[in-house]
Amino acid sequence: MSDKPVKLYALSTCIHCRHTKDFLNECGVAYDCVDVDTLQGEERQAMIEEVKRFNPNCTFPTILIGDKVIVGFRKDEIQEALNQ
Amino acid sequence: MTAAELYEKLRPIQEAKGFYFNRDLEGMTLPLLESLLINKNRYGYMVCPCRLASGDREKDQDIICPCAYRDPDVAEYGSCYCGLYVSQAWNEGKIPRVVVPERRPPEKMFF
Repeated sequence: MSDKPVKLYALSTCIHCRHTKDFLNECGVAYDCVDVDTLQGEERQAMIEEVKRFNPNCTFPTILIGDKVIVGFRKDEIQEALNQ
Repeated sequence: MTAAELYEKLRPIQEAKGFYFNRDLEGMTLPLLESLLINKNRYGYMVCPCRLASGDREKDQDIICPCAYRDPDVAEYGSCYCGLYVSQAWNEGKIPRVVVPERRPPEKMFF
């Protein structure tokens, strides 16, 4: 399994984000996750700017695997990026 | 209100319009309905659970469920963006299931 850093930008209410979390857990991957909708004020705005750097549309889930950006729960792409 | 109650309340209204709840109740529909109730509690209105709300009802108007993009999404992909509402054909597996792209114009996102 890949030792690339995995970062997940998610919404706590989003089902596709939840499925992404479940899938990463099934893969046994350690990942850093932030639920952007649970943040407030400056912290939230700063995180939105961070997401936009990788996905200008700021949609969720946005997944970073190494330097690869995957938008949406695309199982095959996530698996492929993890295996590379 | 519980997610199950919301399901029973909305189902006849939406089915009459040709929109069906995703038949994956445990994996999709009930969690999404629960999230709609969380958002109602959080923002005061049932904004799409798969989109980041601004918290301003006017600015979020187009993403209050059923959102302004549901009809074209179901017409084109058989499913709305979050996957709560689908067509009968989608539910029956007669059309391919794809990740529905965000149709909301970026300029409508107020954050």
